[in-house]
Amino acid sequence: MAKKVARSSQKPRREEVSATTPAQLAAVSVCARHGNRPDELLEIFHEMQHELGFIPEETLPVIATALNRSRAEIYGVLTFYHDFKRHPVGKHIVKICRAEACQSMGTDALCAHAEQSLNTPLGGTTADGSVTIEQVFCLGNCALSPAIMVGERLYGKVDAHRFDEIIAGLNKEAAE
Amino acid sequence: MITVFVPRDAAALSVGADEVATAIASEAKKRKTEVRIVRNGSRGMLYLEPLVEVETAQGRVAYGPVTAKDVAGLFEAGFLEGKSHALGHGLTEEIPYFKNQERLTFARCGITDPLSIEDYRKYGGFEGLTKALAMKPIDIVTEVTTSGLRGRGGAGFPTGIKWKTVHDLKAPQKYVACNADEGDSGTFADRMLMEGDPFCLIEGMTIAGVAGGANKGYIYVRSEYPHSVHVLREAIEVARKANWLGDNIQGSGYSFDLYVRMGAGAYICGEETSMLESLEGKRGLVRYKPPIPAIEGLFGKPTIINNVMSFAAVPIILAKGGEFYKNYGVGRSRGTLAFQLAGNIKRGGLVEKAFGVTTRQLVEDWGGGTASGRPVRAAQIGGPLGAYIPVSKFDVPMDYEEFAKADAMVGHGGVVVFDDTVDMAKQARFAMEFCAIESCGKCTPCRIGSIRGVEVIDKIIADIDRDKNIALLEDLCVTMTDGSLCAMGGLTPFPVMSALKGFPDDFHKPAPNKFLDAAE
Repeated sequence: MAKKVARSSQKPRREEVSATTPAQLAAVSVCARHGNRPDELLEIFHEMQHELGFIPEETLPVIATALNRSRAEIYGVLTFYHDFKRHPVGKHIVKICRAEACQSMGTDALCAHAEQSLNTPLGGTTADGSVTIEQVFCLGNCALSPAIMVGERLYGKVDAHRFDEIIAGLNKEAAE
Repeated sequence: MITVFVPRDAAALSVGADEVATAIASEAKKRKTEVRIVRNGSRGMLYLEPLVEVETAQGRVAYGPVTAKDVAGLFEAGFLEGKSHALGHGLTEEIPYFKNQERLTFARCGITDPLSIEDYRKYGGFEGLTKALAMKPIDIVTEVTTSGLRGRGGAGFPTGIKWKTVHDLKAPQKYVACNADEGDSGTFADRMLMEGDPFCLIEGMTIAGVAGGANKGYIYVRSEYPHSVHVLREAIEVARKANWLGDNIQGSGYSFDLYVRMGAGAYICGEETSMLESLEGKRGLVRYKPPIPAIEGLFGKPTIINNVMSFAAVPIILAKGGEFYKNYGVGRSRGTLAFQLAGNIKRGGLVEKAFGVTTRQLVEDWGGGTASGRPVRAAQIGGPLGAYIPVSKFDVPMDYEEFAKADAMVGHGGVVVFDDTVDMAKQARFAMEFCAIESCGKCTPCRIGSIRGVEVIDKIIADIDRDKNIALLEDLCVTMTDGSLCAMGGLTPFPVMSALKGFPDDFHKPAPNKFLDAAE
């Protein structure tokens, strides 16, 4: 009992961090739009990613301050979910479904084709930074497999030929 | 003016429905014909998407699969009068695939404009809620119990019992939460309903709110379903404006409001307690049970959690009575299930049918066999945690208990078909790999067992101490089944063991020759 650590009556010490960089300022305003509610953290991350392309490390302390949570908690949530990116990614994110229904229709071959034609492994970005390819498990288009998603756009019955057409379409869009 | 229907369902869009709608509008303009294009939900005959329908005096006539290039030819053939064309299928409702179904939950899907409350009401919408608003909450619960409805997310827990638990608790705040994190491969019924008939889900959840005494509900939709998120958010706005949500609904004194939350690509968040954590803005770690979520759920408050399909079955149960719904089905599996035919199948789509239908009927009569034209070898039923069943078991009726007896599970009703080129050892390995990727990490059997599972199966495939490693895999599966906190680790052995037992030959092939492969 003698060793009882004296606890100060102060609140748990939590470093208050104020925003200075543009990304931090953006984080503060996104949090404010969500009423600084911790239960809206996923929505906050989604919105930040939409605005910034990824969640920069420097924003975590200001989010923690805004939501009155520890930095560890914010970091924990960020790293738990596959959707959230901690580093810059390609202009277009191409998700290729690798789940069972698409496997039965040859998604393994499609993935191999994608990796070869874009010269990057799944999870990587093309050298010109235009496309990131990712694996995903189920896009809910299992009757029209294999399925891929580009941004919010879903494609069904995608073979190697159609895949190349879709990618060419993206590059054409960018050129215009 | 002639009305033409072109679906806005994500599956239809994935094969060019938007382009078809644009082509029809511009062709009509060119021909100076007035056409009203309605963007409906999908009829569920996904093999015919984009399925274009034309309203005629005889009924709606179907054409599909239509591409933008076919549109000029369709006008030429007189499709606006329902005339014949190579892509024509006659009256939509007479197509055997559609006609032989028993559509209760999906009665409106594909028929109406998903965001039109007038359409919804014209086809029986809000009849269930209107009745519920005039009933005592306990009588609503009794009606749902009578119907025999069981959780459609896969576990099959009686919905009425869940609702009764929440109803009986006294608490200042209760919640309703809808699990729309439809992550299982081979399932798309939730998505189809959310995009094709969102008011049905809204109505079902509102009835749950009234019955359980909750005034707030959340729909947790996976981020892979952006179309569903948009449609639901719009539909909720429309329902609020028409006072089918919000304060004092239709002057009844009951208040209920709904919010949509988007997930972030974690499969585990389809597990109900993980979903609750995620809804609270946390890591999706599975919670210990007890306490069950009905008692301590969202934000620690009593919560009714159901799957989209369970909530969407409720409006018709209230409108037509629990007895009506109960009259469909067999044994203790009452009502209908929306079966989803997926994977290597010629006619993939949604088939709503009473329990008791067999896999063979679904795969052969509706599905027409494989898309590749090769013989069917196996079907995985009930998602990535469901068993692979060989063709010899295709005559077991779809019934929770009968399937359990056959070491399989009906689950969510997803049927993924594989042809004879499938390597079942590879599928078993994938089941473990998937578990390793998607495990929340809270319990050891799931977190580490899945990684060891991949390693052991790799050794079996490579013919390293094969018999010993098969024994080890069986032992590992027992540990995972008995020791995991939730269904993720607890059921992953299901596809693994079913592959091992049902297709032992695939685990005893000569090992791939590494030297030869490397030399290639």
